[in-house]
Amino acid sequence: MASEADLKMDINISRMLRAGVSLAAVVVFIGGFLYVLQARGVAPDYRHFHGISSPADRIPPLLVAHHLDSRNIIRVGILLLIATPIMRVAYCVYSFALQKDKIYVVVSSIVLSVLLYSFFHA
Amino acid sequence: MGLIEFTFAVLLISILAGLLGALTGLGGGVVIVPALALLFHIDIRYAIGASLVSVIATSSGAAVSYVRQGLSNVRVGMFLEVATTLGALVGAYLAARVSTHAIGIIFGIVLLYSAWSSFRHQQNEMPHARNLLAEKLKLTGDYPTEHGREVYTAQNVPAGFGIMFIAGILSGLLGIGSGAVKVLAMDHAMKLPFKVSTTTSNFMIGVTAAASAGVYLGRGYIAPGLAAPVMLGVLGGSLLGARLLARIRVPILRVVFAVVIVALGVEMIYSGATGRL
Repeated sequence: MASEADLKMDINISRMLRAGVSLAAVVVFIGGFLYVLQARGVAPDYRHFHGISSPADRIPPLLVAHHLDSRNIIRVGILLLIATPIMRVAYCVYSFALQKDKIYVVVSSIVLSVLLYSFFHA
Repeated sequence: MGLIEFTFAVLLISILAGLLGALTGLGGGVVIVPALALLFHIDIRYAIGASLVSVIATSSGAAVSYVRQGLSNVRVGMFLEVATTLGALVGAYLAARVSTHAIGIIFGIVLLYSAWSSFRHQQNEMPHARNLLAEKLKLTGDYPTEHGREVYTAQNVPAGFGIMFIAGILSGLLGIGSGAVKVLAMDHAMKLPFKVSTTTSNFMIGVTAAASAGVYLGRGYIAPGLAAPVMLGVLGGSLLGARLLARIRVPILRVVFAVVIVALGVEMIYSGATGRL
């Protein structure tokens, strides 16, 4: 069943995944590097769970009090990483639509809806 | 511990976890969570949050080489992702309701199962039998063998779908890829060729993990200062592991690694049961 169209889809997916992961890794690395550079004192307390401290933890503002917060750069990188498989599924919806594969347009749309629901609502 | 020393210690352990995960084929997640919880006494919720991020990175990174080989089946993967993403959502919601002791015990059981399954002998004949549901859903494909390309058709579709839902729940609850359970569904229930099921499973892991990542973010499970060294370390370690795997044969190492995984599993169950997690 490895048709021309499927093969093209596979190759585009793999390129998309590599680009997304590389970009996310670079952003997280920059954020992590700054985090260590700005480090003062002891490691945060991860032994106890604090949950979410402020709404800012969800949607990361890059500039906090006019200086770049390294943890928010890391958050942006993590969001890019989570977006990568979502983009992959979105591309599959488009690609199945081009192939006029109705069943799989529906199947991949369901997967995409679950991912978007989690990303925006949870 | 100072923040710099802590970050580098976590980075080092994450590289080792990624290496071990790649060489055993179990993925970095099953190693990094017990390592963070048992060695660094990090709350298991921060550990699974950081692990989940690394799982998305390694799955998407590894998928590139598998997809190139034309082995993974995009339709089989997409169809089963309906089950795994829904399961992952359920698992991520459960993670907030189940006690950390119980999570530790479940984690230990999954570790023991994974170690056992990595040693099970694989013998698959091509599933040639016709299957009406699989054909309707186009869960078929072809696969290169010594005798040229052979066609396969998935079997037991509802059973495979059900096991995948459980795999999704475990992934969302424990912050791991749960590749061993995914392979169980495709390999044993659906009778897909081993290479197809392992590569398709790897391909699905990132999408499954992304479905619970949103919930984890909203709950504050993903601490940036911890997730950064874990993600970069596990990704680096697993890329290194994949290269080593292509060059060296590792039958003896596999036994050593399996012993490590079993020890981690027993320790997780013990720590969970005695309330130390």
